[in-house]
Amino acid sequence: MDKRLPKRVDSALKGRRINEQALTNNEIDFGAREMTSLSTSSAGGRPYKKLSMSPKEYQTFAKEREPTRSILTNCIRAFVVGGAICLFGEFIQQLYVHLAGMKREAASNPTVATLIFISVVLTSLGVYDKIAQWAGAGTAVPVTGFANSMASAALEHRAEGLVLGVGANMFKLAGSVIVYGTVAAFFVGIGHLIFGTGGNH
Amino acid sequence: MLKGQQSWWFDNKPVIIGAASVVGPDEGEGPLAEDFDLIHPELDMQQKSWEKAERLLLEQATAFAVRHAGLKKDDIQFYFGGDLMNQIISNSFAARSIGAPYIGTFGACSTSMETLALAAQLVDSGNAQYAMAGTCSHNCTAEKQFRYPTEYGSQKPPTAQYTVTGAGAAVVAPSGDGPVVECATIGKIMDLGITDPFNMGAAMAPAAVDTIQAHFNDTGRQPSDYDLIVTGDLASVGHPIARELLLRNGVPMNDTIFNDCGLMVYNVNKQKVQAGGSGCGCSAVVTYGHLLKKLARGELKRILVAATGALLSPLSFQQGESIPCIAHAVAIAGKGV
Amino acid sequence: MWAFLIGGAICVVGQLMFDVLKLTPAHTMASLVVIGAVLDGIGLYDPLVDFAGAGATVPITSFGNALVHGALTSLREDGWVGVITGIFKLTSAGISAAIIFSFLASVVVRPKG
Repeated sequence: MDKRLPKRVDSALKGRRINEQALTNNEIDFGAREMTSLSTSSAGGRPYKKLSMSPKEYQTFAKEREPTRSILTNCIRAFVVGGAICLFGEFIQQLYVHLAGMKREAASNPTVATLIFISVVLTSLGVYDKIAQWAGAGTAVPVTGFANSMASAALEHRAEGLVLGVGANMFKLAGSVIVYGTVAAFFVGIGHLIFGTGGNH
Repeated sequence: MLKGQQSWWFDNKPVIIGAASVVGPDEGEGPLAEDFDLIHPELDMQQKSWEKAERLLLEQATAFAVRHAGLKKDDIQFYFGGDLMNQIISNSFAARSIGAPYIGTFGACSTSMETLALAAQLVDSGNAQYAMAGTCSHNCTAEKQFRYPTEYGSQKPPTAQYTVTGAGAAVVAPSGDGPVVECATIGKIMDLGITDPFNMGAAMAPAAVDTIQAHFNDTGRQPSDYDLIVTGDLASVGHPIARELLLRNGVPMNDTIFNDCGLMVYNVNKQKVQAGGSGCGCSAVVTYGHLLKKLARGELKRILVAATGALLSPLSFQQGESIPCIAHAVAIAGKGV
Repeated sequence: MWAFLIGGAICVVGQLMFDVLKLTPAHTMASLVVIGAVLDGIGLYDPLVDFAGAGATVPITSFGNALVHGALTSLREDGWVGVITGIFKLTSAGISAAIIFSFLASVVVRPKG
C-alpha cells in the first residue's frame, strides 16, 4: 500500500478500516499496488472464489516453495575457484619478482593488471560467464570479477557506439565498487585525520 | 460477445488460418525442435546487435505466418504486436516491414495471448477480414535490458528463468481451414508483493490463477472441457504454486492436463535454463509451433492457453517496487470440434 | 599455501553474501571493498597481505585496502589534502588496466551471449 496518500483521498478513507482485501476498484483511484481480484460472478457454473491470501501470506507461501540453493556446494566451489585464482596470482607475482627483478610489493600491481587482462580475454571469448555460473563468488570476488564486469558491459554496449555505448556504460556494474571504495577511503582518511593518527597504522 | 465479467465469447468462430514460429539455437535443442518453422543456429543471426536479431525473428515469423495463411503481405489489415523491449522497438521496426496498420501492445510475456485475443475480437466483430497477432523475445536483449550484460559472470539462482529466443505469429480470419479461437479472458493486474526479478514464476502464479478462475466463472466451463491447459511461463517454480492455489480454491485441475510452456520448450533437466523458459516468445512459439499442430492432427481437441506476464521495468525494481503481473487466456479448439 | 586458503575464504564470505543474505553481486562487491577499506584503516589488512600474499591482494577487498593506503600515505606526506589527492594513487594500475583492456576488447570482439 502506498503510504503517501494524496490529501483528497485521505479524507475519503478517514475512519474506514483499511483492509487490503476489502479495497475495490471504486474506492482507489491512485493506482493501488496490492489489489487482489474482485470476486467474479458465475455465468452458469459455480463461482470460484478469488485468491484469499494476503500479500504477506503469499510471500511466505512462495518462499516455502522456492528451490533451496545448495549453499554448501556453492561455498565449496567458490572456495576452490577463488583460492585457485589467488594461488595463480601468487604464482604470477613470483614470476614478476624473479624474472623482472621487482620487489614483492611492487610486483602486485602488474600481477593485478595481468589477472585483469586474462579476465578480459576470457570474457571476450564468451567463457567467463559459463565458469562464473559454476563458481559463483569464486570468480566474482577476485579482481577478475571487477574486470569481467567492465569488459562485459563494454562488449555489450558496443552496439550503441564507442562513445555513448562503450564509454558511458563501461562502469555500469563496476561503478558502485569504485564509488563505495572511494567514499570509504575518504572517511577512513578523515578518521585518521581527526584522531591524529596521521596515517600511521 | 461479452461473457461474464472479463471474457469475450467469439460467436462467429474466427479461425487461425496460418501461424508460424521461428526460434534460436537453445530452443532448437529442446524437445519441440521439430515443430518450429525455422531454427537459427546462432544467437546473433549474423546481425549487428541482439536487438536487430530479435527484429529479424519477428519479421520472419510474420512472413511465414502470412505465407502459411495463403495470403500476401498486403492482405493483412491489422497487426497487433508487442515484446519486451523498451518502447517495443522490435515490433515497431518489424511492423515497418509488415506494412499493415499496427497496434502495439505491452503485456510482457502475456503478449502472445493478449494479441491473439485482440485479433480474434476484431475479426469476430466484423471489423477486420485478416488480422495478425505476433510477438517475440530474445535471450540476449532481455538479459541486457532487464538483468546484466550477457557476458557478465553473475551466478543465476535456481529460480531464475531463461528468456526464449523466438517469435510467433498467427493470422486470424472469419472462416477457413484451421483451429477456431472460441473465447478469450482478459486478465487483471495481480501483485502480491513479490520483489525478486529472479523469481518471476512465483510473482506471476497468482495472475494465472486469477485469470483461469475468471475464465471458468465467466464461461461456465470446467477444466475437463479442455484436453490441455497451459500457462505461459511459470516454469518449475511458479507452475506448482499455481496448481496448488487452483486446487486449494476447488478448481478440479486434475481433470485435465495442466502444463506450462516454459517447461515444454526446454529440456529443463539437461539444458542450462535454471527453472525453465520465459519471455514473450515462450508461449508464442509453443502455441503457434507445437500446440496448433497437435490440434490440427486431432491429438488435442480443445486447449486453454493462459499466457502470463511480469510487468516490471529495470527501474521499478531498482526503486524497490514489487512486480505486478497479468495473465490472458485464450481457448482454441481444433477444426470441427 | 596461505594464498589459496585466505583467498578461498574471502570468496566464501562473498558466496554467503550471495546465497544467505541474497545480495546482488554489485552490493556484495561494494560491501567487500568497504570492508577492505575499513580493515586497512584499523591496520589489519597489511599483516594479512604479508601473511597471505596474493590471497589478500587478488580479492576485491584489496581494492579498498589500496584506496585507503593511497589516502593515508598522502595524508602523511601532504597533510589533510592528501586524503583526497592520494586515493587513486595505488589503484591506478587496476582501474587503468581494466578500462584499457575492456575498451580494446569492445573494439575487437562482439559478445557471444
